[in-house]
Amino acid sequence: MDFRLTDDQRALRQGVRDLLEGRFGREALRAALDRADGTGATGGRAGGGGATGGRGETGATGGGGAEGRGAAAAPVGGGGGAEGGRAAGVPVDGGGAAGAVADGSGATGAPAGGGGAGRSAGGGRVLDRELWRALGAAGFFALRLPEAAGGVGLGLPETVLAFEEAGRVLLPGPLIATHLAAGTVPGAATGEVVVTAADGGLVEWLDEADVVLGDTGGAEPLAPVDPLTPLHRLPAREGPVHRLPARGGTPHRWPAPGGPRDARTPDRLLVSLLTAAEQLGSAARTCETAVQHARTREQFGRPIGAFQAVQHLCADMLARLETARAAVYAASVTADPADVAAARLLADEAAVRGARDCLQVHGGMGFTWESDVHLHLKRAWTRTHRAGGGTQSEEELAEDLLAGTA
Amino acid sequence: MDLGLTVEEEEFRARLRTWLAGVLPTLPPKPSPHDWPARRAYDLGWQRRLYDAGYAGLHWPVDAGGRGATPTQHLLFLEETEKAGAPYVGANFVGLLHAGPTIASEGSAEQRARWLPPVLRGEEVWCQGFSEPDAGSDLAALRTRARRDGDDYVVSGSKIWTSHAEVADWCELLVRTDPDARRHAGITWLAMPMDAPGITVRPLRTLAGSTEFAEVFLDEVRVPAANRVGAENDGWRVTMVTLSYERGTAFVGEVVACRRVLSEVAREARRNGRWDDAVLRRRLGRLNAEFRALWRLTQWNVSEAQGTGGVPGTGGSVFKLRYSHARQELFDAAAEVLGPESLDLGREWTLDRLSSLSYTIAAGTSQIQRNIVAERILGLPRGR
Repeated sequence: MDFRLTDDQRALRQGVRDLLEGRFGREALRAALDRADGTGATGGRAGGGGATGGRGETGATGGGGAEGRGAAAAPVGGGGGAEGGRAAGVPVDGGGAAGAVADGSGATGAPAGGGGAGRSAGGGRVLDRELWRALGAAGFFALRLPEAAGGVGLGLPETVLAFEEAGRVLLPGPLIATHLAAGTVPGAATGEVVVTAADGGLVEWLDEADVVLGDTGGAEPLAPVDPLTPLHRLPAREGPVHRLPARGGTPHRWPAPGGPRDARTPDRLLVSLLTAAEQLGSAARTCETAVQHARTREQFGRPIGAFQAVQHLCADMLARLETARAAVYAASVTADPADVAAARLLADEAAVRGARDCLQVHGGMGFTWESDVHLHLKRAWTRTHRAGGGTQSEEELAEDLLAGTA
Repeated sequence: MDLGLTVEEEEFRARLRTWLAGVLPTLPPKPSPHDWPARRAYDLGWQRRLYDAGYAGLHWPVDAGGRGATPTQHLLFLEETEKAGAPYVGANFVGLLHAGPTIASEGSAEQRARWLPPVLRGEEVWCQGFSEPDAGSDLAALRTRARRDGDDYVVSGSKIWTSHAEVADWCELLVRTDPDARRHAGITWLAMPMDAPGITVRPLRTLAGSTEFAEVFLDEVRVPAANRVGAENDGWRVTMVTLSYERGTAFVGEVVACRRVLSEVAREARRNGRWDDAVLRRRLGRLNAEFRALWRLTQWNVSEAQGTGGVPGTGGSVFKLRYSHARQELFDAAAEVLGPESLDLGREWTLDRLSSLSYTIAAGTSQIQRNIVAERILGLPRGR
């Protein structure tokens, strides 16, 4: 047994991190946010005339400076130390990334703010097709496809590492659906075709996807809490409900196997596992960001990170993160349904509570639109609804106790 | 990320299982928890069987009489012995996990030859004299004095939370030899014979009603200077060396046991109807996730230790923070399943619920663990 990452796995993770920091660094994230937010809402609310300008103004407070590129460039001892020497990302975003975003936006031919009143907020084309193709070229979507089929031929552990990195930078788009469609939907593997799928009562990125899997009839747009995840709600479906074999008590109801909400079909398991990986990456980033801020922000004449009240918030963030990490990585090795359910519960918790605590550590700056913390929290909230959500995971794990495999 | 076992590890486990299946039925009945001499005899008897079968000091270095097993083999040993229902380390705890490894690492050849074999063979019991009434979380504040007098140190002071003091042969003792030095600097490590004149042991009763540990009062106790391990005033460093021997495996057996208890709690809920309460049921499901993750975290920590030659990573503090809390949650949930029955001390889980309260305090409180995580792992400024 050796649970540690292999050298190849470390290299792969670093490669994905470099790619994403380069192609989707903080400026690209804020540019995507501006497009999604519609007619210059960011500039208006932040009062800074754009994300970069806003950052400059507030950097002196230590609030904005702790986020985004600042956090990526500084080797944060937290994650690195806990994981045995993880190198910090090399910040190569900026001009290149911003240019790519601008190109991508132009290529889709849909300027921001062009949406109708009834569409999702903003309504502009947010998805960066050029970035999407770059991900395809790098093998992001074809990671698990056999090499004979033009894929990378890697396994679930490597895929989980890649999706963790995507979660770190809040990479937008129906990444999991497209990844799962590689090999079956032509063009998905290369990033030419964007694929989304109905998931329970929701579907992400319906208007921007080229291929939609599952029944999305009657889909209604909602104003998504996460500005970078357009959502439609789906009408409730009639479907057979079956009962698990009773083990002596009152049976409770489960959706039919293979039905739209059964988390135990292979794809549902994978959606849950890769969602957990994204949550893990988000939790890692918010933990590092909080620590960085606590080290540099001074009040009462000392860094706020010297106060135990703040220290303990950060320590709990790391404890949740590393516990979730062990569970997620193990589930990627075993692909056992109960392991996946456990990984998902802990990763959801690490991401949501991590973002909440990160916001708290940032104080007033954490409550601003200009900070990235809210984007992590809103995305984390959104992800918790995928593949049945926490309730279903808890019920499965409860049943598992009676099955005696625990 | 390899969670599988190598051929050697599989063979190790198979041999161990075969041996356990043969030896456990030959054990005498478990002694009463209140009969300390009987508990000592029982625990030493188990250690002797381990010794005869080649499992004593599994994780000790070979040149200290150990087996030089890998951290993974040690993990398998702890997992399998717990699953088979074998006795706990019990009275051998300090000898095998603290004092012994310290002597193995820092002791002279004579000291190793004198003290290590009796620990491995199950002949001598050690206790730990570290904490004091005014030196708990702040261990370096200890005040028990030792002054040199000829070939002896003369020790006066008091120690507390000393497990197995009533039946121990030796005490690994931390004393202050230089009252003028900075806190960590003036401390010395001594092996004190527990039959020396001037030692008074007063058992402490815990809130669970049992006497698991004691206060030890020292009044002009003479300890030969030859019993000093390491240099005078270097005891703090000598003590810290010990910690590297646990390799983050101190709670392996307990996590295995907690997972078994959790399944029993679920079955009890199914039996008494509480299973129909969705809130309770989901709470048990979440605990399943927690203990599964803690098991994976243990495997992670052990794998990290494998890479560093046995020195545990900082994962130990993260694990302890999370585990001590989860253990309390487990027995709180068990109490909810039991309902009014949870007020009956005759129920095993009721006593376990009480004893679980010590977990967020012993071996570094949760608050101290958070300080360690914040300052040593996350690199936050030292706080006050």
